[in-house]
Order: sequence, then C-alpha cells, then structure tokens
Amino acid sequence: MADLRTEEMELNMGPQHPSTHGVLRIVLKLDGEIVLDAEPHIGYLHRCFEKHAENLTYPEIIPFTDRLDYIAAMNNNLGFCVTVEKLMQLEIPERAEYLRVLVAELNRIASHLLAFGTYGMDMGAFTPFLYAFREREHILDFFEAICGARLTYNYVRIGGVARDVTDESLKLVEKFLEDFEPHVHEYNDLLSYNRIFLKRTVGVGILSPEAAISYGVTGPNLRASGVHWDLRKDEPYSVYDRFEFDVPKANTEIGEIGDCWNRYMIRMYEMIESVRILRQVLNQIPDGPTMAKMRAAIRPPKGEVYMRTETPRGELGFYILSDGKNKPVRVKGRSPCFTAMSAFREISRGLMIADITAVIGSLDIVLGEIDR
Amino acid sequence: MELLSSLIFMLVIAAALLGFVMLLALILVLAERKVSAYMQDRVGPRRVGPFGSLQTIADAIKLLLKEDIISLQADRKLFILAPYLVFVSSFAVFAAIPFGRNLIASDINIGILYIMAISSVVVLGIIMAGWASNSKWALLGAMRSAAQMVSYEIPLALSILSVIMLVGSLRMQDIVGAQSGGLFSAQNRWILLDNPFTFLAFFIYFISALSEVNRTPFDLPEAESELVAGFHTEYSGMRFALFFLAEYANMFAVSAIAVTLFLGGWSGILPGYTFLNGVPGFVIKVSVLVFVIMWLRWTLPRLRVDQLMSVCWKYLIPIAFFNLIGVGVWILIFD
Repeated sequence: MADLRTEEMELNMGPQHPSTHGVLRIVLKLDGEIVLDAEPHIGYLHRCFEKHAENLTYPEIIPFTDRLDYIAAMNNNLGFCVTVEKLMQLEIPERAEYLRVLVAELNRIASHLLAFGTYGMDMGAFTPFLYAFREREHILDFFEAICGARLTYNYVRIGGVARDVTDESLKLVEKFLEDFEPHVHEYNDLLSYNRIFLKRTVGVGILSPEAAISYGVTGPNLRASGVHWDLRKDEPYSVYDRFEFDVPKANTEIGEIGDCWNRYMIRMYEMIESVRILRQVLNQIPDGPTMAKMRAAIRPPKGEVYMRTETPRGELGFYILSDGKNKPVRVKGRSPCFTAMSAFREISRGLMIADITAVIGSLDIVLGEIDR
Repeated sequence: MELLSSLIFMLVIAAALLGFVMLLALILVLAERKVSAYMQDRVGPRRVGPFGSLQTIADAIKLLLKEDIISLQADRKLFILAPYLVFVSSFAVFAAIPFGRNLIASDINIGILYIMAISSVVVLGIIMAGWASNSKWALLGAMRSAAQMVSYEIPLALSILSVIMLVGSLRMQDIVGAQSGGLFSAQNRWILLDNPFTFLAFFIYFISALSEVNRTPFDLPEAESELVAGFHTEYSGMRFALFFLAEYANMFAVSAIAVTLFLGGWSGILPGYTFLNGVPGFVIKVSVLVFVIMWLRWTLPRLRVDQLMSVCWKYLIPIAFFNLIGVGVWILIFD
C-alpha cells in the first residue's frame, strides 16, 4: 500500500449546477468526499447596478432594485425608497405605509416559501417544492392584482406606493392568511421533522455567533446563530413599531445553535410571525391617499445618507450621495447575501460534498443580489 | 437442425420479453409521473393521447432523434458499451421471473442465484459509464454507486438466503409452489407470514432492493442536487434512454422478485378467489410494491453517503445475519 499515490481532487461546482441557486461557482478541493476547501467565485451575474444608478434619475433606479433580490423585489423597492425619503425628509401618508408593510411581509413569506421549497429539493425531496409554490402562487396573484407584475413589481415608489389597493384585493390576502398557517404545519410534518432531513441538517455547517458577527452576517442566518437582532424591531422603519410580533430565536431543542437546521427553521417561524403582522395590518389599515404631495421631479437636497432595512435575507443597506440634482452622484448597495456568502468558506471546511448543498441552501442566497 | 430450432425458439422468447420490458418501462414511467403529479397537487401529463398515455412514447421518440454526443475526452469504446451492459443485465433478470404457471422464460434450477449474479453486473456498467465519461461528477457518482450496490448486496443476499433455507430450492417455481396456500392458510402460506424472521427478512430485502435500484432515500449515485446526474451526466439521446429504461425495468424486477420470494408469486392471494391466480394476482402484488417505491421517492429526502453506508454496515447487515440464524433455529425447532 505504501506506493499507492493519493492526491487531492479539484472539482468545479457551477456556474451551471442545479443546487448553487443561480450562477455561483465554487471550486472544491476534495479528499474523496471530504471538502478540504471551498472557494466561492462570484460575479457571473454582475450588472453594474451601482454605475447604472449614477446615470439614472431616482425613480428610474427603483426597477433596478427589483432585480437585485428578485425573490423579494418588494423589500428591495422599499429599502431604496425609504433611503431616498430619509434624505428628502419626506412625510409618507399612513395608508401608503401600511400598504408597504403589507407587501413587504407578503413578499417575505413568498421568499421564505421559496427558500423552504428549494431547500427540500437540495435534500432530495422534490414534493415540498411544489407545495411551497402552491401557496406562493396566491401571493403572486395578489401582487399581480395590485401592480400587474409577478416578479419585478416596481410598486413601492418614492413618497408612497404606485397604486391604491381595492378592498377585493385585500380580501385575497385575508383568504390567503386563513389557509396559510395550517399549511406551515403541513410543511413541518413533511420535511422539517423528517428523520432523514434531520440527519442531513442537524449539526451541519455550524456558524458560531462570534463568526457570524465578525463576517457581518445578518437576517435569519444571524438569528439562527443565536444573535437576537432584527431591524424591524431594533431599528424600526416605516410603521413596524406599531405591530406586535416576536423575533424567532434559534433553539437547541433539535438542532445546534447556528447549524443548517436552525437556519432553515428560523424561516419557518418567521413566516408565522409575518402572518401575525399581516393580520394586524389588515385590521388597522386606514383610508387616505397613497402618495405624498411633492414635486414631480425628485431632487433630494445635497448630502449623503445611509439607511438599512430588513429584507427576507437580512440587512439591505443603501448609501446615497446627492449633489442636489435629479441623479445621485453615488449609490452603494450593501447586500446581505454577499456577507452570508463570505462566511460560507469557513463553515464548509471539513464537510462532505452533500453538505455543501445543505449549507448553500440554508444560507438562502440570491446571486442577483450578491453580484448586483 | 435441432440446434437451429432451439436457437430460433430462444430468440422468439427473448424478443417477446424485450417487447414486454419496453412496454413495461413505458407504463412505469407514465405511472411514476402520474403518481408524483397527484402527490404534488398537479395533474401530470395529459396532452399526448388520452390521459397523457402516449407521453412516454413521445419522449422516447424525442430521445431517439436527439444528437448522440460523445465527448472528445471520453473513452469511446467503454462509453458506448456501458449503457448496453446496464440494460442487458437488468433485462436478463426477467428471464427467470415466473409470471404464471407456465409463464417463465427459463425455469432453471438455480433461478434465484442466476438473478442475483446477473443483476450485480449492473454495477460494472455503471462504473464503466462513470469512468469512460472522463468527468469528475460522473466518476464520483459511479464510485458512490459501486460502493453502495456492493454493500447492499450483502443484506439482500442474506434475506434471500433465509427464503432458500425454508424452501430448500433455488428454483423460482419451487419457491412459488411452497407458497401455494395463499395469505392465511395453515400450510404453505406466504413466506412473509411463515415465521417472524421471514417477516423481517422481507423488509430487509425491500430496503436493500431500494438501494440496489438507486431509489430515494438511497438515490445518491444520481443525486441531481449534488452530482448533477451522477454516472449518466455525460450521456444524451438514446444512450441516456437505455439507462432510464434499465432503471424502471429494475424497479419492476426487484418488486417482482420480492413478490415471488415473499408474497406468493403468481399463486393467488386468497383461496377461493381463483380469478386472482396467475398473472392478475401477480400484477396486482407487484403494482402495490412499485407504488410503494414511488411513494417513498416522492416523500423522503435523501441520505448522505456516509450515513447510507452506516445504515448498511452497522444496522442492516448485523440484523440480517441474526435474522438468518433465527430462521435456521426456527426451522430446527418447528419444522
């Protein structure tokens, strides 16, 4: 056996690979099935968002934010608009604020449903994916009713929202909320507590709270590592301070703090919390205008601003530098997926190939936002 | 002259069997799509033919017309040979499966041994495909598959051995004959219900067989979310279709063997219900098992490769060994 020569194998995972959730390329260094190193290469979906933004007027940038995190376009619209409004110190009508929370939370559920479905698929279970899409369809139907689009909405605008919502459309949401909660329990029965699923995810890819903070990981991934931090609660924007909801905690009941199972499960809890918020929104939503009174041409005053919001994937921040003209001098986006991806290399060392898909899926990345 | 006539006879039977396997695969593919569709709140194929019944034929024609791609780096000869090896060995299993009293292509006296031998050739074909593709993904899939199939053959063989001990013959028709009483009779009932150890042996067989045919939760060799498509990643067109065909033929074969060994084969379900004797009863039993295999596939996630191995070596094989001893002791005491 002494003259048996063994060597490490380099394996190119992606950019075309079924479970890298887009065009991500990972160079794996393998010893058999054990991963010695996993080096992510990004940039296959780079579209020069920040440079484009310098040559567009403020309202023209909003459709570009749709295409950052295309799974949760409403939240991206909202993130950009509140940043510009903060710079302009604009007062937003009540009804518009409630509508913004409504669409943002619905989109959060839609996004988490997709994360749940694709994660099942990464684990080899195909059926949860279609179950998730069955419910996501109702949300997309509502979005189509209010703005005509199913994926890239351009609905939240600077100063309010694009169109008012009819009572019939709100009935759609009410009906969806009634059906939805039992379905979450169905998902849990089907996948979350499945023995094989637990074997695949519990204790795999542990991200410690210290590492999570030092990498700047945010959102559900951070909360799964045991850090209690949610911008909707800790730094409320829009009208989030008016609603009662809990920020789900990671638990050691089944998994370990910061493992794939907790990262997955946090999203299931968050969907339930979003339902709570949505119920309150539907009860409290006032009548009134949906657009602030302002000049047609948007010219924020000279200055700079940074504002962050909680999207389904974590903290989405925008930095805008304005010189008082109708186009920004500089726009910078802070992407939550990018920071999550940067922690990926550390947590994937020593795992097996199959665990790599488990880790990528649990981080719930969207390449459109990483590359911008 | 005699040699020639027997050769022609053999060819006719082989052709009939081939036609049957093709038809079977077409039906099973459609069944799988329909079963999965209804489990997933969809309706499945329904445009081609009534209730989508011709969908698989349309797919087969599409695959036939596809460009046959052999990558430049591939080992041409092995690459071309591999799918045939896989298909032929899974097809050859059908020669020794008894579908009815006289419906068996060749009732050789070592029937079950022949089946086990010929079905383990599949693994050679898979390794060949993985190696010849000269792609890392295909190679990983093939290595996994080889490790998995070789491991799971042990509990599979041990569970079959307990049946052989009970019947005292390797001939398939003898095994069916030993269960001619049906489900509940005192004498000659199904081997599944003969004693507690054979009851367990059936489940050992079924789990191992799931792994042998690479079905969920043991479908690692072709785990599309990790290994793209495993050993057949580089195959296209009709060569891919042969792998596909073999998979469904295998699924039917292991179910048919399970029925023959444990569930009375073609010999009816309940005494008195003679219309269930022979082919109809056999088809019903096999369909139930095939449905269970599909059901598992569309419900469960997939195990990881090391977990798969530990299930086999740490649990299944020891249990199968003790089970075998148990069957022996039972025979010694009660029979």
